[in-house]
Amino acid sequence: MYKKGIYSIASNEPLTESVWRMVLVGDTQYLTAPGQFVNIAIEGCYLRRPISVCDYDEKSITLIYKVVGRGTEIMSRMQAGEKLDVLTGLGNGFSTTAATECPVLVGGGVGVPPLYNLAKKLHAAGKRVQVVLGFNRADEIFYAEEFAALGVDVHIATVDGSVGIKGFVTDAMKEMEFDYVYTCGPLPMLKAIYAATECDGEYSFEERMGCGFGACMGCSCQTKKGSKRICKEGPVLKRDEIIF
Amino acid sequence: MRDTSVILSGLKLDNPVIPASGTFGYGADFREFYDINILGSFSFKGTTKDARFGNPTPRIAECPSGLINAVGLQNPGVDAVINEELPRLKEFFHKPVIANISGFSIDEYRHCCELVDREEQVGIIEVNVSCPNVRHGGMSFGTSPEAAAEVTRAVKEVTTKPVYIKLSPNVTDIVSIAKACEEAGADGLCLINTLLGMRIDTMRRRPVIANKMGGFSGDAVFPVAVRMVYQVSKACSVPVIGCGGVSSASDVIEMMMAGATAVEVGTANLRNPYACKEIIEALPAEMERLGIERLADIIGIVE
Repeated sequence: MYKKGIYSIASNEPLTESVWRMVLVGDTQYLTAPGQFVNIAIEGCYLRRPISVCDYDEKSITLIYKVVGRGTEIMSRMQAGEKLDVLTGLGNGFSTTAATECPVLVGGGVGVPPLYNLAKKLHAAGKRVQVVLGFNRADEIFYAEEFAALGVDVHIATVDGSVGIKGFVTDAMKEMEFDYVYTCGPLPMLKAIYAATECDGEYSFEERMGCGFGACMGCSCQTKKGSKRICKEGPVLKRDEIIF
Repeated sequence: MRDTSVILSGLKLDNPVIPASGTFGYGADFREFYDINILGSFSFKGTTKDARFGNPTPRIAECPSGLINAVGLQNPGVDAVINEELPRLKEFFHKPVIANISGFSIDEYRHCCELVDREEQVGIIEVNVSCPNVRHGGMSFGTSPEAAAEVTRAVKEVTTKPVYIKLSPNVTDIVSIAKACEEAGADGLCLINTLLGMRIDTMRRRPVIANKMGGFSGDAVFPVAVRMVYQVSKACSVPVIGCGGVSSASDVIEMMMAGATAVEVGTANLRNPYACKEIIEALPAEMERLGIERLADIIGIVE
């Protein structure tokens, strides 16, 4: 179930040079799973901007977004108190009832945020949660402390080795034990994780969208279980249905 | 009480607002937003004989005041539409629906029309001869008067339901194609489909869309659509469904004054899923503002 609502910006602040956190206040009842996204109408842009949900509670939604173009650049200039037209509850999200005792949550860059609420829920459900966060370099890192504060095990990989393990998330995963993979990040990262692991898991994909709620068929992808819309039957696909 | 009803080939619509094919799926994605029974009707996703995945992604490019799409007629195929989508639609939509049919050969158009003709809920068959996103089909039938007439004659042989031909704006003279369809027996015309467009990612030095080109639609195409609806409705006597860039009650009225009997709303649904609901709700006030008692009175009122 999804719905359009008017949300008030409670805060909007940079976490790094290009990554921002925006907290919205309003009706959150249509968000039902971590890994879902919202679609924000932006004055001056024809299409809405889909942004993954980092965290949510009864009255607020936390979004973390990277400034990559005109729409997100406009978003970064918005001030607390401004109102936004937002579609919420979009996408399927991650399953929190998967058969796993020690899941690993692997995020790369702006693929990190949707794993936050997931980590929170899995940790609360008594799972032994390990998180791997991948970034290019130290000054791009965000949310490592927030994940640690949840009480989950956090590993960091940086391409330049400035923090944590030098290399990719898959390098950090080599010595780890886990029975299930949840991941979100750039396509090459998802492919590498798929190739490096054998256990079941859920992979969150990104695609250029038109509407964000299943009407335009702009973001379709082929899976082993037929064609799926990333915005509707995705963005999370189960490992056994993915075709790379 | 302002009268918003219109009659389209004997079909009485509560209002002229019809979501356009390709922006409304088979209805189910919008029922979560509002009760779609408030619509005049809706035109379902372009359907072909066989299931189609469509084009590779990215399929969408944003533009100022519009977007380009190159979906490529993704649909589950006519059999699945009849066996799965229409029975499901019947549960939540209680009005006649417009069946949008596309094809790659005359036989395919005929085959699909023959099948949807048997469906009780189908009130009108809209024949798409104007999809710009598939090779060797779609638009190639809509860019010559002879080919458009041939499709029209072929489908008219296999159905007793009203047949509307959806025309392409990517032609030199849309009036000659419209007239050819009318002479071949079309009960009505729907225009315009999307305008062929292209965007380039200047950083990556390559097209934004995987298929390179696609169909441009949205607010920006409205003046082109109004002009073509005006020209075609003046030259033809069959009803015209106006389509292209409509996003407000005022646009609906403008399109009707240009000559449209009913109006399709397309891309506006994608940026605002409540677009059609808001337009329908705004119509009476807009009619009052303009001194219109019956919407049907203004069809083609502009000389």
